[in-house]
Amino acid sequence: MAAKSRHLASPTSEPASVRWMLILVGLAFMALFIVLPVIAVFSEAFRQGLGAYWESLHNADAQSAIRLTLMVAAIAVPLNVVFGVCASWAIAKFEFKGKAFLITLIDLPFSVSPVISGLVYVLLFGSGSILGPWLKSYGIEILFAVPGIVLATIFVTFPFVARELIPLMQDQGSGDEEAALSLGASGWQTFWRVTLPNIRWGLLYGVLLCNARAMGEFGAVAVVSGKIRGQTTTMPLQVEMFYNEYQGTAAFALASLLAMLALVTLVLKTALEWRFGDELAATGRGH
Amino acid sequence: MMRFRQPSVIPGFGLTLGFTIAYFSLIILVPLIALVLRSAGIGWSGFWAAALDPRVLAALRTSFVTALIAAAINVVFGTLIAWVLVRYRFPGRRIFDAMVDLPFALPTAVAGISLTAIYAPNGIIGQLVAPLGWRIAYTPIGITIAMIFIGLPFVVRTIQPILEEVSKEVEEASATLGASRFQTISRVLLPSLTPAILTGFALAFARAVGEYGSVIFIAGNIPFVSEIAPLLIVIRLEEFNYQGAAVIATVMLVISFLMLFVLNLIQAWSRRRYGYGS
Repeated sequence: MAAKSRHLASPTSEPASVRWMLILVGLAFMALFIVLPVIAVFSEAFRQGLGAYWESLHNADAQSAIRLTLMVAAIAVPLNVVFGVCASWAIAKFEFKGKAFLITLIDLPFSVSPVISGLVYVLLFGSGSILGPWLKSYGIEILFAVPGIVLATIFVTFPFVARELIPLMQDQGSGDEEAALSLGASGWQTFWRVTLPNIRWGLLYGVLLCNARAMGEFGAVAVVSGKIRGQTTTMPLQVEMFYNEYQGTAAFALASLLAMLALVTLVLKTALEWRFGDELAATGRGH
Repeated sequence: MMRFRQPSVIPGFGLTLGFTIAYFSLIILVPLIALVLRSAGIGWSGFWAAALDPRVLAALRTSFVTALIAAAINVVFGTLIAWVLVRYRFPGRRIFDAMVDLPFALPTAVAGISLTAIYAPNGIIGQLVAPLGWRIAYTPIGITIAMIFIGLPFVVRTIQPILEEVSKEVEEASATLGASRFQTISRVLLPSLTPAILTGFALAFARAVGEYGSVIFIAGNIPFVSEIAPLLIVIRLEEFNYQGAAVIATVMLVISFLMLFVLNLIQAWSRRRYGYGS
């Protein structure tokens, strides 16, 4: 029977023809569903030329949206970094009851629709709630204002840093810290001089992903922002606004900035994986 | 035995766990409780009246059916892409590998307007199918396409690490015992990938059901036809019908927590059976 084929086919691989067909199908699917949309953003943005593109980005609304997005990320990301470091310290360095449950809870925001992530704050601070009117009497606006946008952004980006650091610190164990402590270092010294250098690349990795999502979040922010032009519109919301007003070039020009952010994030993330793969969590791939 | 935590020389347990729990409660727990309380506030009959409203049911059906179809398509092509990326060497492999994560990184609103530009009747692909009388954008097909876009990385990224771990010896053993390549793949490889494939399916499905930004632009948002459940929540909010919004959200949350529960069962089962989780 085996005499039929003249060359010896590898028993653990497929014939070259099958191989190339599978590669072709896989890459074609990716090209169609993943690459094409990114190319379309840029081709639509530059459709009316570089001048129109440049002008769109200097539009006052676009400028204020860019500023607001940067500000929201600058508040939300550091808070989630502090949380991520605290949570992974408590979870990786200690054994306590309910730990597995806590890890599951931290991932919770990933399984909640972004719209619901925004909705919960509307219900908490909206006109029918107890908190909202009470805060308003002190002149504090949460909903349809920047604090609401920050809260919704924190909600959706909540797990990013923690889920990168927890498996990494669990892998590394506590040996280094115990050595530092036994040599007389204080707790803070141990953290800054031993733990932080050990986890820096993993931390950077988590920050990158957290930041990309924070700047790009749409659903949750759309619900709480009230979309007040020039005041509570972040970049993604401004993209929607331009788009609905049939200002295609303006919408895609602003979208192209967000697409560039995504590409830069991806390049840095890949570079980190190639260069420091062994200093990232084993589960560091993916979202 | 009954201690809450085991002793350790490392300091900072109280501080870090305390902050973790306080922050989690403030940002996630209290708001979620507010949601459940608000939807419970209208009473049992009111809750069901709002949840079984025909428009709500239609939106839930649209969301779940399109998400199911998209996740199924993603399982087929995601498995194929993971296979190609792990097993074959070809020029540009690492670039394609990196690009799998694009849907994670690209803001959903950007993906939404871009997909619409491509599949609208005057777009690159919309133009191609328009003469055949087909419409993609502004129909449930458009919704499915957006969901395929955002769900694909979940499938590829869950299967890839498992595929990398499967040792070549198992395949060699299967081949020396006289199995054809097809038999080896279908009887030896696929069963050990099944938990990862199921996990990828569940993740892609869960994400697609809740997806908003990349879907609403291409969906057309016609009530009873192409209106997704998250959009209906937004519409209820704009009508200041907070309770109606809370009810739809609660229904969606319950369903996705059930999904998460099933997912955990699959992973526990695969750990017992194959010695690894995914």
